[in-house]
Amino acid sequence: MSATAQLAGGSLPRLLAGIDPNGRQAAGPVEHERVYGPMPQLSPGRLIEEVRQAGLRGRGGADFPTARKLFAVAERRNAGAVVVNGSETEPASQKDRLLMAALPHLVLDGAVAAAQAVKAQEVIVKLGPDSRSAIRALERAIGERSDGVPIQLVEGPGGYVTGEESAVVHYLNGGAALPTFVPPRPYERGYRGRPTLIQNPETLAQLALISRYGARWFRELGTSADPGTVLATISGAVASPGVYELAFGTPLRDLVDAAGGPTEPIQAFLIGGYFGTWTTWRASGELELAREGLAAAGQALGSGVLIALGESACALHESAALTRYLARESAGQCGPCVHGLAAMADTFSALVDGVAHRAERERLLRWAVELPGRGACHHPNGAARFVRSSLQTFGNQLEQHARSGCRAGATGLPGVETPTVRRVRR
Amino acid sequence: MTLRVRINPIACDAHGLCVEMLPELFRLDDWGYPIIDAPEVPAELESLAAMAADACPTLAIVIEELTLN
Repeated sequence: MSATAQLAGGSLPRLLAGIDPNGRQAAGPVEHERVYGPMPQLSPGRLIEEVRQAGLRGRGGADFPTARKLFAVAERRNAGAVVVNGSETEPASQKDRLLMAALPHLVLDGAVAAAQAVKAQEVIVKLGPDSRSAIRALERAIGERSDGVPIQLVEGPGGYVTGEESAVVHYLNGGAALPTFVPPRPYERGYRGRPTLIQNPETLAQLALISRYGARWFRELGTSADPGTVLATISGAVASPGVYELAFGTPLRDLVDAAGGPTEPIQAFLIGGYFGTWTTWRASGELELAREGLAAAGQALGSGVLIALGESACALHESAALTRYLARESAGQCGPCVHGLAAMADTFSALVDGVAHRAERERLLRWAVELPGRGACHHPNGAARFVRSSLQTFGNQLEQHARSGCRAGATGLPGVETPTVRRVRR
Repeated sequence: MTLRVRINPIACDAHGLCVEMLPELFRLDDWGYPIIDAPEVPAELESLAAMAADACPTLAIVIEELTLN
């Protein structure tokens, strides 16, 4: 679309093209413009249409079509703010903080363009804890820019559910960083009671590229249903864990290769983060990282998190520990989540320790079916999905596990405390 | 016009009145919180549902028109 397009549509990296390979130095405005080209001024209607044709979806985990969100706020005509939701509370995810710390101008380009498209009065970047370098880079970048809208940074407390959309709005409005009962959704009534556009930093960085180069350029990579590239954070049993940009539709095993290959035989991947699902090494050979293929296998990429679990780890102990983590991370507001997640964690641990059996397992599965949809936010849904997937993937090992006495225990996934392994006495 | 029933889970305190008044729509989970298997309210239960919403001690029952979105 643009004669000044500097990035070839069909090659990688795109988003990460401007990252300083030698260190963590954030790209300044000159370097930023040299790599990505100048940011054009598109009319609101034109930008939303390009985003729609590009098929961009939210990269915070919910996968919602970005153009629909933009349109919903724009048509309400009295938008308050565009909120960049940089909370990144998924413990194994790093991509949003990397983007904000290394490419602050790209994220802000997208946020400002979105603010112009929905006629918002201001841009707020909301960050969680452990965001020092992102905050430093953003503060500096704000000083280097002259946009038509004010941009402010807001730091919030930690916790898995604090990054949820309604929790962010509640916090910005002076409340606790806890989810609220929706509707009204933020696009209806959000920051200061006005329609509010909340987007993930990667989504806005992608939007900044779409407004520069257009929808057709965007679709040169990826699949037709899932166009473009995605940032994936891979950790666990790989040689070079970190953030990688890949085209949608890339085989999962290619990401493992890009991350330096396995450090030991891999038994399974957790796809989509702690709300995600397991897939065994064997099944992973078929998987491509795109919505359609993953959905057919009952998976979702979520916010792009992949954890490789090595053969030396005990999948059952890890799963039980992660269930406990999710129970502790409940906001504590909704009865079914408070009681249900704690009970699931207790029962899962008991099963793994061999002190509970068939009846308890059936009850655990029943809870995992009954809980979704019964909290104000999606926390119980994600926890229940994780439990169902764990039992489906590793449930056939439970008896053997109890008989043999496991030596591995839980090594601790990122953010998850390692519980002491209770020895089973018989 | 179809009515749909929801529970505000933050407000709900497991009093259980909804299940006593309308077992056709609500059942209890293992901790006394309501489960709704089918949120659409049959026409013959509409007035009873409205009464239950008024009677809930924490006003956690939300009855709304089902709109296509």
